[in-house]
Amino acid sequence: MTQGLSAQSFIELRARERAREILDPGSFREILGPFDRLVSPWLPLQDIVTQADDGVVLARGTIDGVSAVVAAIESAFQGGSMGEVAGAKIAGALEQALLDHQKGIATRAVILFESGGVRLQEANLGLAAIAEIHAAIVALRQYVPVVGVVAGMVGCFGGMSLAAALCSRLIVTKQARLGMNGPEVIEQEAGIAELDASDRRLIWSLIGGAQRHATGLADDLVEDDVTEIANAVRRAFKDGCPDLHRSADVDGYRAKIAAIDPAVALSPVELRQTWGTK
Amino acid sequence: MTSRGHIWLRALTDQAPQIVSGTSTVLYADAVLNEETARFITVVPDAENRFPRARNGEVGLDEGWGLAAILRDTMRADQGGARRPIVALVDVTSQAYGRREEMLGIHLACAAAADAYAAARLGGHPVIALLVGKAMSGAFLAHGYQANRLLALDDPAVLIHAMGREAAARVTRRCLQEIDELGARIPPMSYVLKDYAKLGLLSGVIAGVAADDPGADDVARVKQELVAAIMDVRASTTRDLGCRLTSPEARDMRAASIAVRQKISEQWDMR
Repeated sequence: MTQGLSAQSFIELRARERAREILDPGSFREILGPFDRLVSPWLPLQDIVTQADDGVVLARGTIDGVSAVVAAIESAFQGGSMGEVAGAKIAGALEQALLDHQKGIATRAVILFESGGVRLQEANLGLAAIAEIHAAIVALRQYVPVVGVVAGMVGCFGGMSLAAALCSRLIVTKQARLGMNGPEVIEQEAGIAELDASDRRLIWSLIGGAQRHATGLADDLVEDDVTEIANAVRRAFKDGCPDLHRSADVDGYRAKIAAIDPAVALSPVELRQTWGTK
Repeated sequence: MTSRGHIWLRALTDQAPQIVSGTSTVLYADAVLNEETARFITVVPDAENRFPRARNGEVGLDEGWGLAAILRDTMRADQGGARRPIVALVDVTSQAYGRREEMLGIHLACAAAADAYAAARLGGHPVIALLVGKAMSGAFLAHGYQANRLLALDDPAVLIHAMGREAAARVTRRCLQEIDELGARIPPMSYVLKDYAKLGLLSGVIAGVAADDPGADDVARVKQELVAAIMDVRASTTRDLGCRLTSPEARDMRAASIAVRQKISEQWDMR
């Protein structure tokens, strides 16, 4: 995992460029681009400035010559939060890929996660859209791997962390964070004794990409490098769907959770020892 | 006080609720609905839950994986035969907020439940979510939101939202009154069921039942609605969530969701 001279940070790229780097060179074609002006109908009602892509870039193209779609979340707009339009773009793209498969076209789907979860200004419509994203991932991965990438720096939280967990293959960097509740939310709901959100080292040790990978909750740990990430995505499609998706490994994970004694302290390092596969 | 999930599980089914092994909070029971056996599943509070952060009706680690387990068991039992209807009785206060929960992958536990509900739906089980209490945020994503049809009791304690009202006020630095005013103006922000119904996601709102203490008439009414929803699913040619975009309310309030899909379809292939 050493970076070559040509190493280029993926994290520093905006969503549009990230999507471009995942697709085969020259194949990037944005759909529902800024000129379609499909913006949030709900933000102007709250005097919040909209963005022409609502924070999700959809790109068609090829991956290793095969038809593909990439949904890239732009964290610079509203923290990558899912509003009605942003959520519908991801769900709609996956639904369209599913239609392709039912017609015999093997379209590949990649989601570049960078999201705090539901956009609070569109609350129930954001949550509904996230449920539709979940439904579409589960339906599509019957045909083709749905590949998720959490690169950083926002991470992936709330309902979108469930979407990441539903992916066939999850690629993370050590700068990524993946969790259901953001640290600040836990501190607010359960108190600072439960979790000190300002303790960045602790947060990373609990939900950081390296820990997620070491405990089997993510599949690939890669450097923050465009070539490495694009190659990991290609490898995922070459490998195909896992025999058993992680989110369907009910017996395996129930045994792991049953073995946990909530009365006994457990450190992230100890969890790596018991859950680690590497 | 007994939880709404518990009340309705006992009211709608013919047998003593059974606890999903390995949990103290995921309950199920069967009942005959329209001459076929349906399985009812709910999550209940337990003050003694071994995970302290999931004692008030939250969906935590055991709950997420426990839901997945009973759903997968039900699917296995019906393999090669008639797929029985599954009814999720929804009264979940939130996902469990805890450091241990995060470390042990509560996001995956909740995803496992959503996965199992979606798999049951795709596998041909009519899946109905009946909202009898709170349907909050990640907990609703895990327990209910993957159903073919969503039904809700018309009752002030039925609450569907992405974030609790008090927490939303804190995060957006507004007072509760401002939160309510905003909700009255912007339906997706509202904490009122009647506004949620405007979004077109529900297939039905059941009015006039005693939600805390249902009588025989109330139970009969609700069963009738469940049977109608199940028949509607069985008559449908699709197993996706498309009905949430085709209702008259959705055509209006979710116009942007529909427009996005229309444009994706138009622009998908190179012209």
